[in-house]
Amino acid sequence: MASRSSALRAFVLKETRHILRDRQTLVILLLLPVAMVVLFGFALRNDVTNVRIAVVDPTPDHATIALRSRFAGNPRFTVVAVSPSTRDLESLFRRGAADIALVFPSGFAGRLAEGSPANLLLIGDASDPNSGSATAAYTGAVIAHYRADVGATSGAVQIVPQLRMRFNPTLESVNLFVPGLIALVLTLVTAIMTAISLSREKERGTLEILLVSPLRPWQIIMGKVLPYLLLALANVVTALLAASLVFHVPIRGSITLLIGASVLYSMVGLALGVLIAALTSSQRAAMLGAVAGTMLPNTLLSGMIFPIASLPGWLRVITYVVPARWFIVVARGVMLQGVGVVYLWRELAVLVLMLAILLIAAVRSFRPRLA
Amino acid sequence: MTAAIDVHELTRRFGDFTAVDSITFDVQEGEVFGFLGANGAGKTTAIRMLTGLLVPTSGQASVAGFDVLTHTEDVKRHIGYMSQRFSLYGDLTVRENITLYGGIYGLSDNEIRDRGNALIAELQLESNSDDRVASLPLGWKQKLAFSVAMLHAPAVVFLDEPTGGVDPITRRQFWEMIYAAAERRTTVFVTTHYMDEAEYCDRVSIMVDGRIAAMGSPAELKQQLGGGTLDEVFVRLARPAARAGMAST
Repeated sequence: MASRSSALRAFVLKETRHILRDRQTLVILLLLPVAMVVLFGFALRNDVTNVRIAVVDPTPDHATIALRSRFAGNPRFTVVAVSPSTRDLESLFRRGAADIALVFPSGFAGRLAEGSPANLLLIGDASDPNSGSATAAYTGAVIAHYRADVGATSGAVQIVPQLRMRFNPTLESVNLFVPGLIALVLTLVTAIMTAISLSREKERGTLEILLVSPLRPWQIIMGKVLPYLLLALANVVTALLAASLVFHVPIRGSITLLIGASVLYSMVGLALGVLIAALTSSQRAAMLGAVAGTMLPNTLLSGMIFPIASLPGWLRVITYVVPARWFIVVARGVMLQGVGVVYLWRELAVLVLMLAILLIAAVRSFRPRLA
Repeated sequence: MTAAIDVHELTRRFGDFTAVDSITFDVQEGEVFGFLGANGAGKTTAIRMLTGLLVPTSGQASVAGFDVLTHTEDVKRHIGYMSQRFSLYGDLTVRENITLYGGIYGLSDNEIRDRGNALIAELQLESNSDDRVASLPLGWKQKLAFSVAMLHAPAVVFLDEPTGGVDPITRRQFWEMIYAAAERRTTVFVTTHYMDEAEYCDRVSIMVDGRIAAMGSPAELKQQLGGGTLDEVFVRLARPAARAGMAST
C-alpha cells in the first residue's frame, strides 16, 4: 500500500509541475475568472436602464403628483405620457412607446389619508419576460420607496402594488449572474483543462507508458484531478473576491458550504473532462468536445442567463443533466438567500450522484484492455 | 532455465481481422530477443497483449512468470516499457522524470535518489540533470528513456522500435546499454526495422501476416533461409505478405 500512495504522490507532483511550468496558461487561468466576473458583471445585466412609463391619473392630487415626480426625477425612468384614462395605453404599448403603465385609482390621496388600501395597477410589457419583470420590479421599488417615505411622516399608509423582489432587494442582476459565472469559470478550469491535459498524454504516447505501469486508472484520474481542483479553488476565491469588491455581491450564507459545493461541482467537471478525453482521440477533438459538452449547456441551459422556467419543455428536461443547473441553485441559495444544507440537500445530492456516475464511467473508459 | 516470456497460440482478432494468428514462442531469462516484422505484421498488437494493454482473443501468455490475463498487475510491476514514441515528459527535468517513474514503480525516496544518481552518472548527464528533457538531443533522450524504463530493475523490458530516428553512434551506445541490461539478467524484447540491429540479438523471430514465419539465431536464419544478409532473408519472407505496408495495428 505504501507503494500505491507513493505512486499517486509522484503522479500528482508531476501534474502540478506541468501546470506550474506552463506559465502562460497558468496566468490566463488565474486571471480569467476575475476578468470574466468583471466583464460579465458589467455587460450581462438584465437591468433595464431606461424605463418608459405611462401614467394614468384620473383624479390628480398631491399624492399622485408626488409619486409621479418620483418617476420623473428618477434617472432610470422617463414618463412618456400622462392621461386621465386607460384608453390611450393600448396604442402606446402597441407602438412600443411604453414599457410599463402605472394606473392610479381615483381619490388616491384620500384613500391614503384615511388609511384604507390604495390599489395601484401596474401594466407591464411582457413580450420580453426578463426585462418585463425587471421593469415591473423597478417600478415597484420606486413605489415602495415613496410609501416608506410617506409612511415615515404621516403614519401608516397602505399602497398595494405588491411587486416585491425578494433576496435581491437592490435589484442588481449582477447578484444573479455571479453564481453562474463561478459555475462557468469552474467548468473552464476543470472540464476543459483536464480534457486537454489528458488527451495531450494520449496524443504524445505517454499515456501508454502510464497504462503499462502499475498505476491504476483511478490513480491516473486522481492525479489529473487533484492539482486542478486546487487551481479551481483558487479561482472560486478570486471570483468571489472580485464579485464582492467590485459589485458588492453578498454572501449571506455559509462560506464553507459555498466552497464545499464548489469543490463538489469542480469534481463533477473534472470527471467529465477525463471522460471526454477518454472518448476522443485528439487534443482538438477533446477541446471541442469539452466546450460543446460543458460550456454551452452550463451557460445556456443552467439558468445562469435564461431562466429555466422560460425554456421550452423538452429543453427544460435536458437541463436536469446539466451540472451547473444544480450548482447555480446552491450558489444562489447560499449567497443571496443565505440558506443552508436543509434547503439545498437535493441539489447537492444530485451533484454527488452525477460525480459517482461520471467517475465510474471515467474509470471504466480507461480500462484499455478491452479496447 | 525458466522462460521469461512464454507464449502459446496467442491470438487476437479485431472483428474479421486476425491481427495476431496463434503465435507460439518463448524467450529465456537474460536473452535479447528481436521481434521483427513489416508494418502491419502484428508486432504492436502482440506487444500490447504481452504488456497487459490488450486482452487476447485466445491462447496463453506469461511474462516474468505471471499470466498476462489473470495476473496483469503483477506483470506490470515486473516489466519495463519503452515505446517508439518518446516516453518522457519534455517539460519536466531529467531528475523530475526519474522521480516520477521511480514513484510510479513504488521505489522508495532513497532508492530513487541513489539509482537516479547512478543513472545520471552513467549517462554523463550530471550537468544537465536539472534541464528540461525537451532541451536534450534526441539520442540522449532515447538513452535516458531506456534508463528510466530500467530504473525499477524489471525482469523483462519491452522496447518498441527504440532507436527510430537516432544517429548510428547513439544506436551503437544504445545497444551497449541493452547488452549491459541483459548481463544483469534482464530479458530484452525488442522490435526494430534495422536489420543490422537484428544481428545483435541472441534470437529473432520474423512475423508475417500475424504469424511467426521464422525464428532462430541470426546465423541459423541466414543458413536455413538460403543465405545472404539478414536483410535479404527478411525481405524474402516478408515480400509475399498480404498486409505488407499496412498501417501498424
